[in-house]
Amino acid sequence: MSVLEPEITLAQPDPGLTAVGESSESKPLKVVTQILLILWAVLVIFPFLWMIMTSFKSNPEILTSPWTLPSSLQWVNFKHAWFEAHIGRYVWNSVLVIAMSLTGTLLISAMAAYTIARFQFPGNRFLFYLFMSGLMFPVFLGLVPLYFVMSDLHIKDTYHGLALVYIAYSLPFTIFFLVGFFKTLPGEVAEAAVVDGASQFQTFFQIMLPMAKPGLIAMGIFNFLGQWNQYLLPLVLMQDPDKRVLSQGLGMLAIQQGYQNDYGALFAAMTITMVPTLIVYIIFQRRLESGLTAGALKG
Amino acid sequence: MYYRKYRLIIPFMLPALILYSVFVLYPYGRAVYISMTSWRGTSSNMPWVGLDNYRRLLNETRFMDALTRNGQLLVVLPIVTIGIALLFAALFTQGGKGKGVAGSEFYRIVFFFPQVISAVIVGMLFSYVYSPNTGLLNGILRNVGLGGLTRAWLGDPQTILWAIAAVAVWSGVGFYMVIFIASMQSIPTSFYEAAVLDGAGRGRQFFDITLPLMWETIRTALIYIAIAALDFFTLVQVMTGGGSTVAARKAEVAALYMYSEAFTKSRWGVASAVGVILLILTLLLSVVLMRLTRRETYEF
Repeated sequence: MSVLEPEITLAQPDPGLTAVGESSESKPLKVVTQILLILWAVLVIFPFLWMIMTSFKSNPEILTSPWTLPSSLQWVNFKHAWFEAHIGRYVWNSVLVIAMSLTGTLLISAMAAYTIARFQFPGNRFLFYLFMSGLMFPVFLGLVPLYFVMSDLHIKDTYHGLALVYIAYSLPFTIFFLVGFFKTLPGEVAEAAVVDGASQFQTFFQIMLPMAKPGLIAMGIFNFLGQWNQYLLPLVLMQDPDKRVLSQGLGMLAIQQGYQNDYGALFAAMTITMVPTLIVYIIFQRRLESGLTAGALKG
Repeated sequence: MYYRKYRLIIPFMLPALILYSVFVLYPYGRAVYISMTSWRGTSSNMPWVGLDNYRRLLNETRFMDALTRNGQLLVVLPIVTIGIALLFAALFTQGGKGKGVAGSEFYRIVFFFPQVISAVIVGMLFSYVYSPNTGLLNGILRNVGLGGLTRAWLGDPQTILWAIAAVAVWSGVGFYMVIFIASMQSIPTSFYEAAVLDGAGRGRQFFDITLPLMWETIRTALIYIAIAALDFFTLVQVMTGGGSTVAARKAEVAALYMYSEAFTKSRWGVASAVGVILLILTLLLSVVLMRLTRRETYEF
């Protein structure tokens, strides 16, 4: 195939080919395509716009005219969500846990991935596949014993306990991704540093880690979103109502039927929870997409 | 040199290995042991009951019904999600590399978006979309003259499971579409040019070139979605008010059954057995899917 390919391209110069590709028969197809795509885009955007709009409406308005724009902006909904529904506290709890877990995930994964990617030692492949096996198992399978492990270690209902669990569950994918990344980095620089008398630790922290920055950023965003949205683990491990994290707290609001008479505050709480992910997504859209795609394509 | 190497390897591997063993590997192993006891969590003695929990579960209608729902999702979710995602990806990349449809950058950003939103928000949002009187869906149906189709989507035992499944498709399509686009774009344009010269239409090109060359990616997607169908906890839990609504029982999946056995009834042995059954099913399913979808892979 590859031998024949240049000949064909030579025999039929490009302009001829483009004419075939964009002949008039594809015009209707283009229109149908656009209609389908616009339809799906509306299907995706509309519920979110409706949610944000509803978060500015008063309770009677939500119940009687769910379709109209708010007659006046009810900022009070956000105040209720933040203070009375405790979303403010949940945001703070989430930030606290994620500050610890994200730093830990990146540092610990980078160290392990670097070792697996760049050093030969017995058990190297075994360790790689051991971590990879974690990608197969849905989280809830180990939930029951995990609950008791946390109890026994006296770290149930603690922020650092939850952060440690987040790190452990983030390791498989992050290590998998970073092993691939470290393998693509040129080895000469590191070897030169070692020859110049730098210790292995200096080489890692001062040379390899800065070189791996794009990979670390991709994994940082990926894990931020995953950990910010995590629901099942805190649901089981953070049963102290004051220590709930954001998604969990929000889910509890939805489930507690008693709270549902303040729809405005509920929608405001959903909007508050969504905004940080929206911002991170729009800023880092490309990096996130390439990171996730790489994982799925190689997987 | 030899010792210097291990001075780095050991401290660099240990933190990851310890965390992973304590919080991931050990609990999985422990679950297998607990599943063979009638432990209720309160005392330290764990009466050994062998495979009794498993036998009881297999005769328990409620559990088997829940598992059947997972089975239904397992058939429907991958077909629908991959089907729509493939269609969109093909539309995007039609005409080969770099020529995609107008506005494709915008569509990619929008379609992918539900994937980064917490399943809790998605579930809550759609609970209101489906709500009988003030919900978006019934409102739209009434406005286009299909008022006869309106119903309490999440209150009707007939529709509750599929209403929830539709939300999973809605949020998953964009993600798989982006993956498929990347895979399609890595196919050399010259293949299509050659096909056009040979007189192959778009359909032929898609089935004879695109599909075989991106088979590996479709296979991966299939396994991802199948594993998700065996889980399916968060959406169901949030959209059924924690399983408290009347119709909720008709959407109960195995993970939800396990959660109630564990955290409401404190029957930890039975709950762990459910977990182990799901683990075995997940592994079996992955192996079977890998075998069934095995094809010659094409290097290009």
